[in-house]
Amino acid sequence: MQYIFSHLANLSAKAKTVLASTFAIIPALFPFSALAQTEPVAGQAVNGQTGFQLSVTPIMDSIIAFHDGVLMWTITLIVIFVTILLAYIIVRYNKRANPIASKTTHNVLVEIVWTVVPIVILIVIAVPSFGVLADQQTIPDGERKYLGSNVFSFGEVEMPAPGLTIKATGVQWSWDYDYVDYDGADFSSFMLSNEERLAQKPNEPRLLAVDFDLVVPVDTTVRVQVTAADVIHSFAVPSFGIKIDAVPGRLNETWFNARKTGIYYGQCSELCGKDHAFMPIAVRVVSKEVFAAWVAKVQSDGIEEAAAMLPPIS
Amino acid sequence: MAEAVAGHQDAHGHPTGWRRYVYSTNHKDIGTMYLFFAIFAGIVGGSLSGLMRWELAEPGIQIFHGLAAMVYGFEGDAAIDGGKEMFNVFTTAHGLIMVFFMVMPALIGGFANWFVPLMIGAPDMAFPRMNNISFWLLPFAFVLLLMSLFFEGSPGAYGAGVGWTVYAPLSTTGSPGPAVDFAILSLHLAGASSILGAINFITTIFNMRAPGMTMHKMPLFPWSILVTVFLLLLSLPVLAGAITMLLTDRNFGTSFFSPEGGGDPILYQHLFWFFGHPEVYVLILPGFGIVSHIISTFSTKPIFGYLGMVYAMVAIGVVGFVVWAHHMYTTGLSLDVQRYFVAATMVIAVPTGVKIFSWLATMWGGSITFRTPMLWAIGFIFLFTIGGVTGVVLANAGADRALHDTYYVVAHFHYTMSLGATFGVFAGWYYWYPKMFGHMYSEFLANMHFWITFAGVNLIFFPQHFLGMAGMPRRYIDYPDAFSLGNYVSSIGYLVTLVGMIVFIWCLIDARVKKRPTVDNPWGEGATTLEWTLSSPPPFHQFETLPRIK
Repeated sequence: MQYIFSHLANLSAKAKTVLASTFAIIPALFPFSALAQTEPVAGQAVNGQTGFQLSVTPIMDSIIAFHDGVLMWTITLIVIFVTILLAYIIVRYNKRANPIASKTTHNVLVEIVWTVVPIVILIVIAVPSFGVLADQQTIPDGERKYLGSNVFSFGEVEMPAPGLTIKATGVQWSWDYDYVDYDGADFSSFMLSNEERLAQKPNEPRLLAVDFDLVVPVDTTVRVQVTAADVIHSFAVPSFGIKIDAVPGRLNETWFNARKTGIYYGQCSELCGKDHAFMPIAVRVVSKEVFAAWVAKVQSDGIEEAAAMLPPIS
Repeated sequence: MAEAVAGHQDAHGHPTGWRRYVYSTNHKDIGTMYLFFAIFAGIVGGSLSGLMRWELAEPGIQIFHGLAAMVYGFEGDAAIDGGKEMFNVFTTAHGLIMVFFMVMPALIGGFANWFVPLMIGAPDMAFPRMNNISFWLLPFAFVLLLMSLFFEGSPGAYGAGVGWTVYAPLSTTGSPGPAVDFAILSLHLAGASSILGAINFITTIFNMRAPGMTMHKMPLFPWSILVTVFLLLLSLPVLAGAITMLLTDRNFGTSFFSPEGGGDPILYQHLFWFFGHPEVYVLILPGFGIVSHIISTFSTKPIFGYLGMVYAMVAIGVVGFVVWAHHMYTTGLSLDVQRYFVAATMVIAVPTGVKIFSWLATMWGGSITFRTPMLWAIGFIFLFTIGGVTGVVLANAGADRALHDTYYVVAHFHYTMSLGATFGVFAGWYYWYPKMFGHMYSEFLANMHFWITFAGVNLIFFPQHFLGMAGMPRRYIDYPDAFSLGNYVSSIGYLVTLVGMIVFIWCLIDARVKKRPTVDNPWGEGATTLEWTLSSPPPFHQFETLPRIK
């Protein structure tokens, strides 16, 4: 087994190089594809981007590797294959080209092939799929290894056990954050209206800037426990690869470990009423020292004083 | 293949005027009523989406505060809040109308009513009076849904803005006003209508096939309907139960779905999707049947791998019942449960692939003419392939994490439903139009309708994949400025599609006015099923002497 998997991983790495060099010429063939050459960033979308936001966690690394490296190739090739067949049929078997229709209605071999080949493709997809899924659902204990970008491996990335636990509660229409390890460190986070944003955080995007960011330390495994106070909401941060519903009466759990400081936005991802589009999630990843100072400040002087400590986003 | 004996028109003095329709027990008249009801509902549902695309063309709130002020009389800031909720009401109504009042009535009530009896060589449906009530429940269900738009829903706003999924507790404590009750009762009526129809079709198909037509000789469209109505019969009662529990939670103090009384909101989602997933196959399977006939007719070739086609549909139907929780990957299901639903869901790709490849193989070696229905059928195959492969992506819970509840999902289900199912509807419409109405349409206009719609819908929905991957969530009235390009293109696509719809209506009126003559079988030797042996339009009662199938 071990051998097969490492072989598969090698193969996929090789295939990637071959494919990459083959397909590298494609953009050159389509001048207008230059229009779509918008470089994605981490934390928020860029106008015109055609892929995921950049990743800053091993979980999103694996989602991107799995999607862009396995799924996207598979489905693109399938669509191209079907389209070529259709085009060939249209040209070759139209009435003018082929006045007499054949009467073939069966071909056992071909029917077996188009049943078995998709099964094989699905099995190949399933191997990394289950790995990526298990990583997402398993909170690190310090021992377990995570896939990261190599979704055909058995896990290469070490993750520390959670160093911080945050309880996030979805409320119509804001998020309440409670740092359960730190007494008195809890606050609500509301979206800034456009006027407030222009006055207070002009460099942050409309509909994503909030009054108080969720502040977490870099390179630390953060456990997020998610629930809701009224209706169902969903806590999502695309660059972290997390999305977990906030359900009243339930305590759902997810985790992330961000490797880069910065600000990462997400938006409520379950219909929750009038202001569903207006309860963003803003996660500010800071150095461990800044986090320690910030959380102490929240405990001693409250969230407003603590938020004022952090430099504005440039 | 079979000989048909035309019945004489006035066998027992059937009613005329409005009585002919209101009292109708004739499957063809009822089918026609269903079709025109579906066109009407489609226009309503399509208008709702037009207003939503207009709103979403640019970032910021463009029109809904104005709409809310116009329709509900909100003033000032209240209009903004009213408009936000109104957007949710529109997404909800758009979904419910398109599913329950457009696609289902068109495919099952319309085409299946018309053509299942004709294709299996039966004089009518098994229960003609039940057929009447199946239809007449629908307009009332529709009226209830439209009424819901004008009652209070969530506090201080009008209409049921709970999504077509009606998730608790947004639909219970979140929307205390009577609007949601109206929407629920509308679903009850529409569901009862469908269950009665399902019973009727099952009985008809099992008992009224012409002598010699064994199940394995039955054409694929009746087969697709048989599988479809079994899905309806088994899944709709679960929906009825779930929304009845919603009703009692809302009005009679029960707490099936409220945690404060020991209930669970996730229970509702399991019940809903146990219905909801089979329901999406209900929407697409009849299209599979229609497309199979069209492909075979215009390739002048019999269907390739008939038995494989039949059992692929049966397999899709059966497996369709055990994959529902792939709609719930983010609700906090345990790892093992998610693993199971990933595996089960991916299995669906196999029979679906068999369908696609069998259609291609049917065309292979054929002598194909590209008449209007064939264009729609080929369009169906192409678009459904795209919708299908993104389904494989979403089946993987690991990848779904990033795409769940984003526009990627919107793009996926519109490629399968809005483009797949609706292209199936139009394919059937243009295929059977001369048979149903006894005259021909302008193929030029009909082809224009196809090409404009094909361009338009792709322009609407393809960029939504990119929006979803970039992270834009569904059901948002306003979005960060970074999503503006995709939304703008998408809204332009709506305008193109709108032109296509206008061409469709024009084509309809033009055909009706000019009444170009047609013949019993306008499609030639490829059209081998029984309906083409009858006159166009068929006699009021057909097959008074049953055809014999060799």
